[in-house]
Amino acid sequence: MLVSIKIRNINDLTPSFCYNLIMGRQYSAFRLFREALNGQQGWPLAWADAAPKKSYDIIIIGGGGHGLATAYYLAKLHGVRNVAVLEKGWIGGGNTGRNTTIIRSNYLLPENALFYEHCLKLWEDLSLDLNFNVMFSQRGVLNLANSDAQMDAYARRGNAMRLSGIDSELLERDQVRRMVPHMDFSDRSRFPIYGGLLQRRGGTARHDAVAWGYARAASALGVDIVQNCEVTGFRMAGGRVAGVETSRGFIGAERVGIAVAGHTSHVAAMAGLKLPVESHVLQAFVSEALKPFLDTVVTFGAGHFYISQSDKGGLVFGGDLDFYNSYASRGNMPIVEDVASAAMSLFPSLGPLRLLRSWGGVMDMTMDGSPIIGLTPVDNFYINGGWCYGGFKATPGSGWVFAHTIATGAPHALNAPFSLDRFKTGRLIDDKGAGPYPWLH
Amino acid sequence: MLIPCPHCGLRDHAEFAYSGDAGLKRPAPDANDEAWFDYVYQRNNTPGEHVELWHHIYGCRQYIAVTRNMRSHDVRGSRFAATPEAES
Repeated sequence: MLVSIKIRNINDLTPSFCYNLIMGRQYSAFRLFREALNGQQGWPLAWADAAPKKSYDIIIIGGGGHGLATAYYLAKLHGVRNVAVLEKGWIGGGNTGRNTTIIRSNYLLPENALFYEHCLKLWEDLSLDLNFNVMFSQRGVLNLANSDAQMDAYARRGNAMRLSGIDSELLERDQVRRMVPHMDFSDRSRFPIYGGLLQRRGGTARHDAVAWGYARAASALGVDIVQNCEVTGFRMAGGRVAGVETSRGFIGAERVGIAVAGHTSHVAAMAGLKLPVESHVLQAFVSEALKPFLDTVVTFGAGHFYISQSDKGGLVFGGDLDFYNSYASRGNMPIVEDVASAAMSLFPSLGPLRLLRSWGGVMDMTMDGSPIIGLTPVDNFYINGGWCYGGFKATPGSGWVFAHTIATGAPHALNAPFSLDRFKTGRLIDDKGAGPYPWLH
Repeated sequence: MLIPCPHCGLRDHAEFAYSGDAGLKRPAPDANDEAWFDYVYQRNNTPGEHVELWHHIYGCRQYIAVTRNMRSHDVRGSRFAATPEAES
């Protein structure tokens, strides 16, 4: 069993706590020291790769960060432990491993701001909560303004954030220059830097550690994590889902939630639903490793480009969608050229750098650019998807509100605005104001 | 990806601007809310073939309807968007 490692005062150091710290499954400095003397032979498996049971109270489809987090919070906060997470491949092998790991809550609209701020607060305690270092680094997220109009828009957005209780700072050109001096501040710059909007509490985290941290913590609470188990259909009875047909046989369930972003449309279609979602591919890149070069996350205002440096030293960056519907999880040359030219425009010194890898992830792009988390017309079937570009940063909060929604049968106040029926009622959450063109969000 | 333009022939997709699903049928102006909701927001989005509008903006400037596989990006055919499906 995992125990919490939060030591607030000396009374927390009970004998059983200390025993767990040194001898048990708890990761700690003591444990590391003990295993060093033991030839590293005593480490148990982090989590159990379960075989599916005949039925569960709750089945979560999708073993990425969102699905695993949902299972963890169901077990931890709602006392539902007869839960399975079904994953068609291996955990964290989908979009959890196909992003640029940026975390922020710098949104204009209050619905988004409050939800993503809740996520950010969970990130701040996540490593302690899971007893697993998710390498959350609050290195700041700096959105560059490359025009006067953009400065005005960022002043508005920053003020909106502060009204929602979220940190934001509007920076002048000189302040930006002191933070990231090696961007193009020359007179010849095609897109001069006017300033920027900075959220210091934003940053990055380690994507694999997020999946494994949630898997380990959920597994310790009794959740079954079933890999290589692809859902091929739903067995419906009386307008409800009775269970799921999978590549490992039928599994019964009282309630089913899906967290399969990128593939939400065709999984939901198996339950008879049609969604306001299109699938598009988003590519990202990592360069060869450099010595410390960039200690914050920077987004470009004149093009769509965002960049940070990983702890291994590689520059991790991405850009636009391909702009046409796609289920192809792979890259292509036009986007490499587009993103590399944005990188060169912002950081001319990156010219000699070589790309190491690129990847493409299939995104659920919704009609207003905001996610869908909540109820569906099918009574015991719940949806979590439509994450567009922004799913990774939402991982903890997404699981938190989805667990609440499934356990209580009603959305939490934080995800109530993200209902599926908002497209019918007209209460859209279009932060960018782009209209019903999914590829423009 | 190469797109066969019925007027210009086989051209790089960078010459085109994408305009989304070509299979949508605009409802009558007095159609009910359900029909408009379906037209504006709902999409089939199943992996496989997709008929979609591309605007040849760096070419003949025609709108064309292209049939493309969303997994493989194989393009099976195209027609002028103004040509009804049956005649293509």
